Amino acid sequence: MQMHRKSRTALLIGLALAGGLSSTMASAADTGGSQFSNKLLLTGGVSQIEGSAGGGLTPWAVIGGYGTQDEIGGNAFYSRVNLPDYHLDDVGALVGFYNRVEVSFAQQRFNTEQVGGALGLGNGFTFTQNVIGVKVRLFGDVVLDQDSWMPQVSIGIQHKKNDQAAVLRFIGAKSDQGNDYYISATKLFLSQSLLVNATLRYTKANQIGILGFGGDKNNTYKPEFAGSVAYLLSRNWAIGAEYRQKPNNLGIAREDNWYDAFVAWAPTKHVSLTLAYVDLGNIVIKRQQRGMYASVQVGF
Amino acid sequence: MFKYSLHAAVIVTAVLFAQSALAQEAAPMLQQSAAMAASAPRDPALKPVFAEFGGKQGLVSLMNDFMDNLVADPRTRPYFENADREHIKAELVDQFCVILDGPCTYTGKSMATAHRNLGINRAGFNALVEDLQKAMSKHDIPFRAQNKLLAKLAPMHSAVITKK
Repeated sequence: MQMHRKSRTALLIGLALAGGLSSTMASAADTGGSQFSNKLLLTGGVSQIEGSAGGGLTPWAVIGGYGTQDEIGGNAFYSRVNLPDYHLDDVGALVGFYNRVEVSFAQQRFNTEQVGGALGLGNGFTFTQNVIGVKVRLFGDVVLDQDSWMPQVSIGIQHKKNDQAAVLRFIGAKSDQGNDYYISATKLFLSQSLLVNATLRYTKANQIGILGFGGDKNNTYKPEFAGSVAYLLSRNWAIGAEYRQKPNNLGIAREDNWYDAFVAWAPTKHVSLTLAYVDLGNIVIKRQQRGMYASVQVGF
Repeated sequence: MFKYSLHAAVIVTAVLFAQSALAQEAAPMLQQSAAMAASAPRDPALKPVFAEFGGKQGLVSLMNDFMDNLVADPRTRPYFENADREHIKAELVDQFCVILDGPCTYTGKSMATAHRNLGINRAGFNALVEDLQKAMSKHDIPFRAQNKLLAKLAPMHSAVITKK
């Protein structure tokens, strides 16, 4: 409990700092400095569950933050997923360099609530996973290339480390850390107000790493697909849906593909809110984990 | 070891394929942007959008607010404060009118010629887009109609952005 409160406090301080920083950037831009935040609204995506810029569930090819090729951008986020039998707290930050390279960090705290007790781990038993991500834009411009079919394409890596090595070994996972490799293609069909993303991820992660990496059923990298569509309602509002395939490596706990339907609101370039209905399927001994995802992001 | 090299090979192949496609695309695109230099091509499919912009009168009135925004915006002001703004507005009206299949002809300079010595970067280009979006919203032009016009203007970035 004490730990939990501390991380909350750290989070609030982090968000306040990021907020302060971005308002400083904003006033710098307002006074004609214009060294920051010149990307168009919402074209940096939001923070996905592993901390990279994208939708909620999957990275997109966009570089996070509002920096153009001459600028640096950055943001911090807090996301919460409430499920019938679990909840997830997710905090992180990213920096986008010159619309070319994105470096991100996220910490996921997956709380097993009563399920932890039922499994002999104790009520509220929590898996904590740190994710460090690097993404590089290879080519393309998600917004400007409106006269060709060419999407913006990026490749990335997410290095994940879980803090519950002993429990993970016990349930059959082969490792408490792993790397996901992905390639994302994102295209804005501006005349249709429609954004489409496709991601291919090579991964061994069980439940994105919360249940470790590799397992008794499979311990090899598998390509998994993720797709997103977003419809732009206005400059500030977008709605959409996502799908993410996942491997099924553990004999003791079936793993399902994930779905969500979201609405994102960005009143300014310095803050965005995302709400989603998520269907995360079976998680260990609990089926039909459907619930709400909420995310707030501040940045520049 | 093999499985890793297999994955690496798949990704490398995908990247190479996409880049060669990009290279093939780049050459005709250059010729294309020279050909459409005078203005973006007329698109009969956008006739209904011309109405949503309020016809030519709507464009004239839109351009007044657009230019006011450009001069008020510190990011774009340097490019417009000493320019012949009435002339630029008239050219923009004609150009947008042609793109939206209105009864106009564009007789101004090519985009490349008009922007050659201005040293506009991506930030400046995006600032102009934002100022245009603000003006269009003020004139209650539906968001989808705004995007249909912007989709035709976006490819001009290669002629307008000269400071890479």
